[in-house]
Amino acid sequence: MIEITILSGKGGTGKTGITAAFASLAKNTVFADIDVDAPDLHLILKPEVKEENQFLGARIATIDRQVCTNCGLCKKECRFDAIHYRAEGGLEVNPFECEGCRLCERICPVQAISSEHSTNNYWFVSNTRFGSMLHAKMGPGEENSGKLVTTVRKNAKEIAREQNAAFLLNDGPPGVGCSAIASLTGVDKVILVTEPSKSGFHDAVRLIELVQKFNIPLYAVINKCDINTEIAKQMESFFLTQGIQLLGKIPFNEEMVHAIVNQKSIIEYRPDSEIAGKIEEMWNKVTEPIKELK
Amino acid sequence: MSYKIAVCSGKGGTGKTTLAVNLFSTIQTKWTKSVQLIDCDVEEPNDLLFFKDAKIINRSTVNQPVPVIDESQCTFCRKCEEYCEFNAISIIPSVKYASVDPNMCHSCGACLHACKFGAIQEHQHPIGELTNYSRGNQIDILEGSLKIGSPMQTKIIKELKANASDESDILIYDAPPGTSCPVVETVSAADFVILVTEPTPFGLYDLRLTVNLIKEMQKDFGIVVNKAGLGDREVYAYIKEEDIELLAEIPFNREYAGQYAQGKLLSDVPPLIEQEYLKLAIYLKNRMNHD
Repeated sequence: MIEITILSGKGGTGKTGITAAFASLAKNTVFADIDVDAPDLHLILKPEVKEENQFLGARIATIDRQVCTNCGLCKKECRFDAIHYRAEGGLEVNPFECEGCRLCERICPVQAISSEHSTNNYWFVSNTRFGSMLHAKMGPGEENSGKLVTTVRKNAKEIAREQNAAFLLNDGPPGVGCSAIASLTGVDKVILVTEPSKSGFHDAVRLIELVQKFNIPLYAVINKCDINTEIAKQMESFFLTQGIQLLGKIPFNEEMVHAIVNQKSIIEYRPDSEIAGKIEEMWNKVTEPIKELK
Repeated sequence: MSYKIAVCSGKGGTGKTTLAVNLFSTIQTKWTKSVQLIDCDVEEPNDLLFFKDAKIINRSTVNQPVPVIDESQCTFCRKCEEYCEFNAISIIPSVKYASVDPNMCHSCGACLHACKFGAIQEHQHPIGELTNYSRGNQIDILEGSLKIGSPMQTKIIKELKANASDESDILIYDAPPGTSCPVVETVSAADFVILVTEPTPFGLYDLRLTVNLIKEMQKDFGIVVNKAGLGDREVYAYIKEEDIELLAEIPFNREYAGQYAQGKLLSDVPPLIEQEYLKLAIYLKNRMNHD
């Protein structure tokens, strides 16, 4: 089984639209939406949930004011400024600031502090018209999106193995922080979906640096390639110098948006379009077995 | 005290940065010079790409204290490993091995309290940079940048916010995408939040998630629909249903998208778009006086 993650650095370059298109071409493949912060793949794949699992998020401390002596030690030692005095007296934890490190709980001289996992996160195993899909729903403002990504991926891999799937295709998050790191450690291939804008290029360069740190083979797609042909050219030559294979270029076309509005992939919506042809070529390139050197 | 405005979106690529840089430029040229733009998207900071005239005033490294275990003092009791909620510490007593993974450590300090043998000390580990830029006399653009490979984006945002001038009348925070901790950190100090969305099913779905977050954080907010004309009308139905204020609509314009790609600012955009930014600035001014 080959695991592929689609990333972009910059958000909104078209990761999910392209993942959905690949999904309608892929045979014997399991899909995972690991952009747990802002998941959208389900809007096209329309999963029918078969299994719902709770994910234990970060812990959040609470202070029992019946027991608390207001000594202020926890407030002093908390490195996240998560503990403060209330206007009406007594100490309180701000759940949005709390990192769940349990330091306060461990040092409280009167054991007035306890911490519980947030139970606001779920992950799902579902069926779609293209195959099995794993996805997640994260509570607002959660701390541990990286760990949730890891959980979804781990289970997706197990299911892909059980099904003897050829591929596991992950729709990844934007950025280069903890969620992006969690989405690429140990994968076989990364596909960078980028766009020819200064910010798209700048962010792609940062993502490339991250992927190269992990020594993962990297492929690139330039989406909306005719928005700025000059930058598109610069990107192409940059990829060449980095040894990144360009899978292809997709011109801007409102049909991509119309497909999404109609809850279809571009392959389903306009199977005979130029874009559909290009995406099919790309999927074939990325999935073709590596030829042995003679 | 500054009036703090955060520009957010759940979905990436809806136009947060476009809105933040153009709003900043509108406020600076039409209203007050006392405004700072703070790029809190530390994973992928882009604001500066739009200001070719900005000069670096100073740059500093953000460090994270990371514990280092002195194996000569360590008794390999594993107490620190037990205390670490982030699995950053590995102790193997049989081979007298103790190590800390700085990329997992959250610098909470729990291990220091765990160790009764004085075997743990903290060392500074670089996780990113803060840079202050100026386009005239005073610092007006601040940027945080996460070191590639570090997962500590929230800490950089915290330091970045502390670095902004409280004497500035207005601070504009350009937030990262998503709905998790880095967004919470950016929004936590804001007086008003602008949510930027696009009229597509993806834009709407992520907008709902973000609205839930902002409501839970009890912040005042309004919505800007960017790329108006593209996609469908569902987002407007949602805005009406939820009784949220629609602050501005910025039409989709392919030519403008090309200019944005080149890193161009408001002065180069069609008057219709310029008007929307002015409208937004006036709204914020009224709101600020009212608050």
